[in-house]
Amino acid sequence: MIITVASGKGGTGKTTVAVNLALSLAAGQESVGSANPLFLDCDVEEPNAALFLKPTIREHREVGQMIPEVDFEKCTYCGRCAEVCQYHAIAVVGEKVLVFPELCHGCGSCTLNCPTEAIHEVLDVIGTIGRGRVDGIEFAQGTLNVGEPMAVPIIRQLKQWVIPPQPGDRLVILDASPGTACPVVESMRGADFVLMVTEPTPFGLHDLRLAVEVARDELGLPVGVVVNRDGVGDQGVDEYCEAEDIPILMRIPLDRRIAEAYSEGTPLVEVLPDYREQFQALYAAIARLVVDRKGARA
Amino acid sequence: MMKQLVILSGKGGTGKTTVAAALAHLASRELPVVLADADVDAANLELVLDPVKQEEHGFMGGQVAVIDPEKCTTCGICAEVCRFDAVTPGDEAYRVDPLACEGCASCYYQCPDEAIDLEEQHAGMWFRSDTRFGPLFHAHLFAGQENSGKLVTLVKQQGRLRAVDTGAELLLVDGPPGIGCPVISASAGADMALHVVEPTVSGMHDLERILGTTDHFGVPSLVAINKADLNLARCEGIAAFCAERGVKVVGRIPYDTVVTEAMVHGQPVTDYADGTVTEALGEMWSRIRERLLSGREEQRW
Repeated sequence: MIITVASGKGGTGKTTVAVNLALSLAAGQESVGSANPLFLDCDVEEPNAALFLKPTIREHREVGQMIPEVDFEKCTYCGRCAEVCQYHAIAVVGEKVLVFPELCHGCGSCTLNCPTEAIHEVLDVIGTIGRGRVDGIEFAQGTLNVGEPMAVPIIRQLKQWVIPPQPGDRLVILDASPGTACPVVESMRGADFVLMVTEPTPFGLHDLRLAVEVARDELGLPVGVVVNRDGVGDQGVDEYCEAEDIPILMRIPLDRRIAEAYSEGTPLVEVLPDYREQFQALYAAIARLVVDRKGARA
Repeated sequence: MMKQLVILSGKGGTGKTTVAAALAHLASRELPVVLADADVDAANLELVLDPVKQEEHGFMGGQVAVIDPEKCTTCGICAEVCRFDAVTPGDEAYRVDPLACEGCASCYYQCPDEAIDLEEQHAGMWFRSDTRFGPLFHAHLFAGQENSGKLVTLVKQQGRLRAVDTGAELLLVDGPPGIGCPVISASAGADMALHVVEPTVSGMHDLERILGTTDHFGVPSLVAINKADLNLARCEGIAAFCAERGVKVVGRIPYDTVVTEAMVHGQPVTDYADGTVTEALGEMWSRIRERLLSGREEQRW
């Protein structure tokens, strides 16, 4: 089962929930049936889960996009490549062909359309993906190189690399980035459930609505909410969830001990072990919702 | 000469918008200001500035491929050439998932039956509003749309034009989290970036990456440590790191629930209540002002 942890607003506790869910269900724990969860840090712009899980990364790979390289023996400077490129990533100026890697989406259309087969593609590295293990958790993360704009290709390749084609009962947890744009969509695509972590404030609610629009309304995925720092703001999130029939699956109170542990990179369940049971119950509740929904569909 | 200040953080939820709203309030008491919310996927500045919309415009984002089922012969070439897994086979015709499609037109050019068209996407809206601190340019990118960088650029350019036209001295840009495309768009042309960081291991890790990004694009940086007293040792660690990199820490804002209270009341914290937070933000604004707007400093850059 694939669970994506998202939020809309940043800093609401996505990584806290994703990390502690994984730790509470890790092999060796009294788990709810899923051994050896697979954890993917998909916030490739600012990946933080490793700071808490402290995995040993055993394997690294450079990733990027295939960008065009022109063979000037064959190029006739006809300009067809520039004409078909929707991103203005290739330009023909007199007897020169300019490629702009940061604009290229790696679609390969220029290669396919070149009448003289003068274009082949080479890898333009924009980041790395790595995987390893820690205490009964298979861990993987993507990292966008500083100065590079495009996060999506890294998330896409990370998922392809580590998620088995038929995960079945295997628990896969994806920690998404904040926001609601393309990197978040890529992190949610293919999930069985999206767990929204929010805080009960006007900002939290505003961005939760937007994230629900993406997950539930656009992608058609079931969603549930974790209210973090419960008690800090107002009742807006509760009222919204009730009106929209979105289940609130867990509440984590505003607690200075939790904030202090977080600030040191210490997982919540290490400081307050009683939370393990709550995260296991959270997983059980998600599993029931996913099974019920599959039943209802079939 | 108008100056452009962008508020960034790398990590989300560190208090960018809280700081931006406070600076909007404080700066507007001293000079004419234009505001731009460049976090177009989750725009929050409007929630604390009580804006009154004056203009509303559609935003055409990228395009997506659409397959005409009448013309499709299910040859499957479109799915073969698509590198974004956006085309899936169907019984009668292939279909395109608009959320996965990046509008590259590869399928459009390869389809032997001319069954594919490209349709422009109405991807969002942008607005000009009045607030009591100055005009606000903001936007809303529709759920799951691409091209947030393009919409960020548009909102910022509109703000910039307005600032130049009206002789405003400061364009204040509330940026998005992360270090990727929308952040790069929000930082382009900025005279200075203010990074809002929290004293946590994640905050420190993410600060290094966002500083790397602004350095890469040649934007000078200042740092504000929010919730500074949450972990004093980490706070000192960040200050030492900044000193080593030659980046000035212009403010240390204490943790106080008054920040959330102000948000619930829809106001900048500095406008909502006096106290240690408001005091720290006031001192910070003076330091930013000195560095950003004084001619003496300008020459150094």
